[in-house]
Amino acid sequence: MDLNYTAEQDAFRKEARAWLEANVPREPLPSFDTREGFEAHRAWEKQLNAGGWAMVPWPVEYGGRGANLLEWLIFEEEYYRAGAPGRVNQNGIFLLGPTIMEYGTPEQKARFLPKMASSEEVWAQGWSEPNAGSDMAAIQASAVLDGDHYVINGQKTWASRGAYADWLFGMFRTDPDSERHRGLTFVLVPLDLPGVTVRPIEQLDGEAGFAEVFLNDVRVPVENQLGEVNRGWDVAMATAGFERGLMLRSPARFQNTARKLVALYRETAASGQPIDAGLRDTVARCWVDAEAYTLNTYQTVSHLLAGGKIGSESSLNKIFWSELDLRMHEAALSLLGARAELLPQAPAAEGVGDWLDGYLFALSGPIYAGTNEVQRNIIAERILGLPRK
Amino acid sequence: MNFGFSEDQLLLQQTVHDFLASELPVDEVRKLWNEDTGRSAEFWKRLAEIGIPGLLISEDHGGLGMNEIDGVLLIEETGRAALAEPVVQTSVAAPLITALSSSLADQWLAKIAAGEALAVVQHDVNAFTSDAHVADLLLLSHGDEIHALSADRVSLTAQPANDPSQRLFAIDWTRDDETRVASGKAGRALLAISLDRGALACAAQQLGVADKLIELAVAYACERKQFGVQIGSFQAVKHMLADVKVRLEYARSLVYRAAHSLARDTRGRSVDVSCAKAAASEAAVAAGRIALQVHGAIGYTWEQDLHVWMRRAWSLDLAWGNSAWHRARIADAVIDGALPAENFGYSAP
Repeated sequence: MDLNYTAEQDAFRKEARAWLEANVPREPLPSFDTREGFEAHRAWEKQLNAGGWAMVPWPVEYGGRGANLLEWLIFEEEYYRAGAPGRVNQNGIFLLGPTIMEYGTPEQKARFLPKMASSEEVWAQGWSEPNAGSDMAAIQASAVLDGDHYVINGQKTWASRGAYADWLFGMFRTDPDSERHRGLTFVLVPLDLPGVTVRPIEQLDGEAGFAEVFLNDVRVPVENQLGEVNRGWDVAMATAGFERGLMLRSPARFQNTARKLVALYRETAASGQPIDAGLRDTVARCWVDAEAYTLNTYQTVSHLLAGGKIGSESSLNKIFWSELDLRMHEAALSLLGARAELLPQAPAAEGVGDWLDGYLFALSGPIYAGTNEVQRNIIAERILGLPRK
Repeated sequence: MNFGFSEDQLLLQQTVHDFLASELPVDEVRKLWNEDTGRSAEFWKRLAEIGIPGLLISEDHGGLGMNEIDGVLLIEETGRAALAEPVVQTSVAAPLITALSSSLADQWLAKIAAGEALAVVQHDVNAFTSDAHVADLLLLSHGDEIHALSADRVSLTAQPANDPSQRLFAIDWTRDDETRVASGKAGRALLAISLDRGALACAAQQLGVADKLIELAVAYACERKQFGVQIGSFQAVKHMLADVKVRLEYARSLVYRAAHSLARDTRGRSVDVSCAKAAASEAAVAAGRIALQVHGAIGYTWEQDLHVWMRRAWSLDLAWGNSAWHRARIADAVIDGALPAENFGYSAP
C-alpha cells in the first residue's frame, strides 16, 4: 500500500490542471436541460475532445486518452476542482461507450464511439417504461424482425436527456412469448426516425431533463442491435454496473460538495448567524463520508488494476453515494435557513449558490440507476447470501 | 498510488485468521470471563509465536519489524475472534517504548515480543486503564510527562465493566524525577501518537467485530423460520443487514488509510485516525444492534454468543476516544481550519 502519487501521476495531474485552467468557461453554462444550455454543453464537449480530455479512460483508438482508472480519478478531481461544466453526454461516455467496447462489433465501435466522443451524438437512456422502472425485466416495448430491420413499437419513459438527445439506447422484447429478462434485445435507436415522438417531461426543477418517447412502427436497421438477440439482459447488466459503480460517480463530485459544505459552515458561523448545534457534527460526518467514498473508490481501482473484478459491490456504492449526496444537500439547506428556498433570481439570493438545485437533483439519486431498495435486495442476496424467497 | 495489500500481507492475515478460528473458540473466550485475571498467559505466549505482540517491534529486539499497514489486517482478525488479550495495549506500548529510550527498549522489548512481559499505557483520553493488572511495565501520563513504573510501584483499583472481557483499573501512583521518561514537547508528541495508535487498533478490531456480527445475523436469518419461511427472506430483515454492510465496507477504507497515515506519519494522521475510529466504531455498534434485532429474544440471552461481540463493540467504542469524541476532533480540524478540507487527493503537484 502506498497512497502517495507517483511522479507520472503528479505530472498527469499538472497537465490536466493547466489545460482546464486555460479552457474552463469563466461563467457557468446554463442547465443542459434547456435547449440553449444543451447546445452550450455540446460545444464544451467538442472543446474538451479537441483538447484530448473528453474520454480520458477510453482507449486511444476510440478517441480516448488510454488513461488508466487512477489517472481518470485524478482527472476527475481536477475537473471538479476547476468548476468545469457537467457532462451532457454522460449516458454515452460513461455508460453506453464502455458497453459498446465490451459487446459491440468492430463496425459498431467505429460507427458510434468517435461521434460519442465529440458529442456530435448525445445519448438518452431508454431503460424505463410506464410499467417497468427498477424492474427492467417487465419491459414490454417490442422489436419485430422484418427483413434487415427491426420494427419497434412501445413507449419508453423517464428517458434521461431524452428531450434534446440524438439517440436512445434501450432494451426491447424480441421474443413475444418470453418472460421476464429472457427474450430482450439491446437496440440503439436514432431519435429522428419516422414514428418517433419525444414528449419532454418537466422534472422537479422545472426543466425538461427527461422525456417520454413513443415508438410507432419505427424501422431500425438490424446492425443497431448490440450484443446477441434475446440476450440484451447481459448487455444491460454491464451498463447498469457502470451506472451504479465508479465510472459515473467519481468521488471528486462528492469531495467537491463536501468541501463546499465545510466552506458554507465556516461562512455561516463567521456571519454570526445561529447554527443548530447538531449541524457541526453533521458536517463532520459528511466530510468523513466523502473521504470514505474517495478511499473506497481508490481501493476498488487498485483492485481492478491488479487484475481483480467487481460485481455486486457496485450496489454498495450506489446506496452510499446517493444517500451521502442527499445528506450533504440537506445539511447545506439547514445552514442556509430561510434563504434555502430562494431561486437564483431572488434579490437576496447572493451567496446561496446552487444548493437548492443540487438538492433537487440529489433527490433523484436514490431513485435512478435502480432504486436503493432494489440495491439493498441485491446486497442482501448476492453479497450476504440471504435467501431470495 | 496503490491502495491494496500485498499477497504476503493477505497470506499473513489468513494465517492469523486460521489460527484464531481453530485455537480460540468462543467457549474459550467465555471461560476466561470466570478466571481471576481474565487473561491466559499461556495463550499469549502462543500468540507471540505467530508474532502478534512483536508485530511493531524491530527484528533487533526479537519482533517482526512490521508497520501499521502490515498489522491492521491482523488486528482486524483479533477482533473477529473476540480475542480478549491486550492486543490494543501492546500495539500502543511497544512503539512507545521504542521511541522513549534505548535502555527501556533493551530491557523490555524482547520480552514483550516473546510474550513474556506486558506493558500498558495510561492515557488521559481513557478514564480507566485496561489490563493494568497483568502489566509488568506501566507507562503513565501526567500532563505532558510520561513516567515508566514497574508493577510493584502502582496500586490498582479494579472497575468491573459491562464487557466481562474488559479489565479496567484506576491507577494510584507517585511520580518523581527518576520515573519520568519524557516531558514537554516530546512528551506531548508521544502521547498524541499513542492516542492515534490506540484508536487505530480499536478501529481495526471493530472491523472484525462488525463483520462477525453481520455473519452471525446472516447465519441466524438463514436458519430461523417464521410464518413458514426463513426470516432472511423478509425484505425488512434484508434491508437492515444491507445497510450495516454498507457502513462496514466504507469504514474499512478509512481504517486502512489510517494505518497508512500512521506508518508514514502523514500530516493528516490524527484526523485520518479519527475518521477511522468514528466510522468503524459506529459500524460495529450498529451491527450489534441490528444483529440483536435479527435474532429477536434469543439474542437477548446470556447463553447466546451474540453478546460476546456486541459487548466488544461497545467497549471498543469507548476506548481511546468514542465516536463522538473523534468526530469532534475531525470537526475542529476540518471546520476550524487546522486542516485544509483537502486531505486526500488534490495533492498539489
